Amino acid sequence: MNTAILTLVTFIPAVGAIVLMLMPRNDKSIRWTALFISVLAFAFSLYLPFGYHSGQPGFQFEVNVPWIGQAIHYHMGADGISMWLVLLTTFLVPLGVLVSWKSIHDRVKEFFVLFLLLETAMIGVFLALDLFLFYVFWEATLIPMALLIGMYGHERRIYAAIKFFLYTMVASVFMLAAVIWLYTHAGSFDYVEVRNWIAAGHATPEAIKWLFLGFFIAFAVKVPLFPLHTWLPDAHVEAPTAGSLLLASVLLKMGTYGLLRFNVGLFPAEAQRHAPWINTLAIIGIIYGALVALVQPNLKKLIAYSSVSHLGFVVLGIFTFTQAGTDGAVYQMLNHGISTGALFMLAGMLYERKHTYELREYGGLATPMPIYATFFMIAVLSSVGLPLLNGFVGEFLVLSGAFQAKVIYGVLAASGVIWSAAYLLWMYQRVFYGPIHHEENRSVPDIGAREQISLWPLAIMALVMGVASPLFMKSIDASVGEINKKEISSARDRTTVRDTKRASLNFGNSPGSQAGHK
Amino acid sequence: MNQPVLNLWIIPLLPLVGAAINGLFGRRFKNSLVSAVALLFTFASFAYAAWAAMQWWGHTDAYIQDLGDWISAGGFHAPFGFYLDRLSTVMMLVVTGVGFLIHVYSVGYMAHEGGYYRFFSYLNLFMFFMLTLVLANNYLLMFVGWEGVGLASYLLIGFFFHKDSAADAGKKAFIVNRIGDFGFLLGMFLLIGHFNSLNFDVIKSGVSTVPTGTLTAIALLLMVGATGKSAQVPLYVWLPDAMEGPTPVSALIHAATMVTAGIYMMARSSPIFSGAPHALEVVALIGAITAIFAATMGMAQTDIKRVLAYSTVSQLGYMFLACGVAAYSAGIFHLMTHAFFKALLFLGAGSVIHALGGEQDMRRMGGLRKLIPVTYWVMTVATFAIAGIPPLSGFFSKDEILWRTYLHSPVLWLIGLITALLTSFYMFRLWFMTFFGDLRLGEVDIGEEAHAAHAPAQAQHGAASDSHGHGEDEHGHGGVHEAPWIMLAPLVILAVLAIVGGWVGIPEVMHGSNHFEYFLAPAIQVPEAVEALGETAKTQLLFGFPKEVAFAVISVIAAVIGFFFAWLLYYKRPELPDRITARIHGIYLLVLHKYHIDEGYSLLFVKPLLALSTYVFWRGMDQEIIDGTVNGAAAASQRIGRGLRQMQSGNIRSYAAWIAAGGAAVVAYMIWLGVAK
Repeated sequence: MNTAILTLVTFIPAVGAIVLMLMPRNDKSIRWTALFISVLAFAFSLYLPFGYHSGQPGFQFEVNVPWIGQAIHYHMGADGISMWLVLLTTFLVPLGVLVSWKSIHDRVKEFFVLFLLLETAMIGVFLALDLFLFYVFWEATLIPMALLIGMYGHERRIYAAIKFFLYTMVASVFMLAAVIWLYTHAGSFDYVEVRNWIAAGHATPEAIKWLFLGFFIAFAVKVPLFPLHTWLPDAHVEAPTAGSLLLASVLLKMGTYGLLRFNVGLFPAEAQRHAPWINTLAIIGIIYGALVALVQPNLKKLIAYSSVSHLGFVVLGIFTFTQAGTDGAVYQMLNHGISTGALFMLAGMLYERKHTYELREYGGLATPMPIYATFFMIAVLSSVGLPLLNGFVGEFLVLSGAFQAKVIYGVLAASGVIWSAAYLLWMYQRVFYGPIHHEENRSVPDIGAREQISLWPLAIMALVMGVASPLFMKSIDASVGEINKKEISSARDRTTVRDTKRASLNFGNSPGSQAGHK
Repeated sequence: MNQPVLNLWIIPLLPLVGAAINGLFGRRFKNSLVSAVALLFTFASFAYAAWAAMQWWGHTDAYIQDLGDWISAGGFHAPFGFYLDRLSTVMMLVVTGVGFLIHVYSVGYMAHEGGYYRFFSYLNLFMFFMLTLVLANNYLLMFVGWEGVGLASYLLIGFFFHKDSAADAGKKAFIVNRIGDFGFLLGMFLLIGHFNSLNFDVIKSGVSTVPTGTLTAIALLLMVGATGKSAQVPLYVWLPDAMEGPTPVSALIHAATMVTAGIYMMARSSPIFSGAPHALEVVALIGAITAIFAATMGMAQTDIKRVLAYSTVSQLGYMFLACGVAAYSAGIFHLMTHAFFKALLFLGAGSVIHALGGEQDMRRMGGLRKLIPVTYWVMTVATFAIAGIPPLSGFFSKDEILWRTYLHSPVLWLIGLITALLTSFYMFRLWFMTFFGDLRLGEVDIGEEAHAAHAPAQAQHGAASDSHGHGEDEHGHGGVHEAPWIMLAPLVILAVLAIVGGWVGIPEVMHGSNHFEYFLAPAIQVPEAVEALGETAKTQLLFGFPKEVAFAVISVIAAVIGFFFAWLLYYKRPELPDRITARIHGIYLLVLHKYHIDEGYSLLFVKPLLALSTYVFWRGMDQEIIDGTVNGAAAASQRIGRGLRQMQSGNIRSYAAWIAAGGAAVVAYMIWLGVAK
């Protein structure tokens, strides 16, 4: 079981997608099958936290077999970071199926096929420990997502789909170049081997710098880090609800996960050298995203910009290189998946009723839709970072870490607690409070049983993660500690390497390092 | 010594259970069942708290109960830990006791409102968070309560959410409080940096190792948090607007308990503040400024709840002042007596509003003394108590603060004394306008400008007036009627407390025992210099009297002067106020419009921020610069592509020309390399 579980979790959705393809076009049975498959994948993924040993270092549930030739391996493994991201994915996909139940009525079969293929690709990204395999999964997420936006989106869906595709595709090319360079020099695609090769000091500082930037650009666009974020609001506004859900909750996390796993994991010392400007961008993103969210007239755009702000916290946490900050960053990845996922689902439910995301068309909806309003309030509070809900734990740890890393980081980022309250509560007021200005809003139906079923798990998880954070944090903390420890020790190694290089420079025998030290 | 097992977590948990039951199922309950659930769990919490307090009464140390980690990352741990010392004992009893009485009152007051279950669910939720706040053993768990009461306050201020004014006020309260929380958070980060812990015990025992500069920074940041929660200058602006909430909410949250959380937090942090004398100076100054500033605004208000709101801000200023002169126990003493008499004032005002079918403007009141006698008597007690007339509770606590302030700084004492005079004036103004003279219900035509100033408050009981307007002409006098017993009983109990509540702290020079201060002493750390100052002052004489007694006489005289002017202007010569305000029209309007602070904030902060976000960031940066560049790059690559297509014309001569040009470029490059060498 221990070696097969990751493969099972990853490919159950893909196999399910094939089954769906072979099924006749009966929308009802397609929906139920998709739901069954996604729940099945979730059920299998539940094995992970129970089978995981927090005390044991390195990756667990590993499987490593040659795949293409001798160089490219099918190497999968989970640590305390990727495990929870996989669980987040498998947890959200069934909810995505539920919210698409009625809202997708054309080409239902294709929709769920794409949706399940997307799930496999996303899980693969988190579990792949072979750089080539990782790249395959990474690019594989692009196609179904772009198609979901382009085929099932709203008015400007083609523009948004192409913008999304090109933005992330162009950025990924840099990562591909870095991966190929690493293979040609290190002689392996294997994550652990490559990491050890770099840690041993085989690469020149100049090369490390370009490798770091190559990975960084690919991940930074995905996060998205300011100023590379402008694809996100367009993609979200046009995407169907379930697409927005996975885009915000999981796809963006691939970016932050990549930063942590590859940029920090492979190049710890280099990451530390670049931290000042990366943190600056992250903090700009926190404040800028929040302020732009504040003035959005469109509900989905508002939530999209709030993601820019929230993901800024995650990047900041990672690049503080403190235990608390990085722990908080990982936790915040999960939190953002829950709270923003919930917000996008809720926005979608409103769209099904009103066919608009424009805030001025709403107002006073708490009266006709009390249950909906309550769920929305919980999602807002979770996003605002109210203690005892999930958002607070991550935000607090990130800010605490940032403050210990550099006081000014903590001070600027902590102002986010004011901005987030401002834009979220103002939005909530414009949707739910005040008198009803549009007569038709008096009779908007409240959410039904299926919609409630899709929201309860999120509300419960928001509470559980806010109250019982040690349940999750224990394994996260250990894995983060490993990355951070490696970071510190290898920073020491790097200085010694650099010193020897500098010494050798005097003899003029290393052109690469010469350039690096000018 | 064998310790009793107190299970303190039960105290906050009980109201949470009540909130959950009503929140989840209350929609289907009858009103009587909803109130039964809410009252039962609140009373159980009170009873359990009283039992726990009795179990631990004789101990001077803290009872600590650690239920395991809430957050742990790296070496940092924040537990679900509870802490019962004498300070939290006082707070816990005040919160559960006054809280229960206000719950009882609400059963009558809210009887005809929609969303009954929602109201009680929120109210119980508030109790849960408030009790978490006062019983936490570390700053982070305290922060849970701190934010949670803010949430409850937000929900309850906006209870009549279909009105824009109520929704605005709720949002404003939350956001302004978040500005304070920003400071609180940074203070906690500094504490973590030094102690790697937020537990009170760890900090208390290690505080002497922290440099004064850092302590000052921590203290000031925590103070910023307290400034938001306890509505001090410059963050007080949310509290007057918070009167949009139902009146019991104003009594419980915005007078008796939540707004005093900042005072409690500073008293709890006394080891930090006492090590940071400069921070204490700032606290004292802010307190004094707030006290007098809010009192002047209270004088011109005509909405009965708004007068009380400014009064609350002003009284909280006193408590801040007390903390600032390191007289924490005097601050907590005033916190307690204020909880009694201000809750009583609000609930009494609620009873008046209820009697008048939703009318809140004092210019339309008058002569209610005979019509609602019970309300009249309890309001009289409360008014005398807040004005500082002996032997009512407010006299002892306020006098303690003024005396301690004098020992620290005569200037601040003078500000406090003037505030006492103003307090007495505006409270007796309220008293005369409401209960004396003739009932002016529906008679007074209110001027244009006053309407503008009070528009939100006027709308407050739009909903209430529909429902409270029942029984019109039942008793003559336009249906003015006394409230039902379920509202009057809590009033009477609070009135008794407002009388006797101060007797636990009668100073020794007045042949009391000052029991309250000695009781709190183990939980509070006062700088030695301040303590010594207090001891020597006990023996000083003024005009042959003990100095402390002489100063008490001075503050009573100030209160009597305030009473006299109120009597003169609003009872004896009611035409005078109009003539006076006409004489000083400019100043009057400035005060009436609350010094235009709200408009100033809007003009200085809110509007520029929105404009910056819209035009510079969103439309400028995002749409023009970034997207412009991206789309420009796309367009450019399209053009380049089109240009490159020209090259592949199939024309041999043009290919030859391109080859030649390329060759020339290579040669040029090589020459350039040679030159560069």
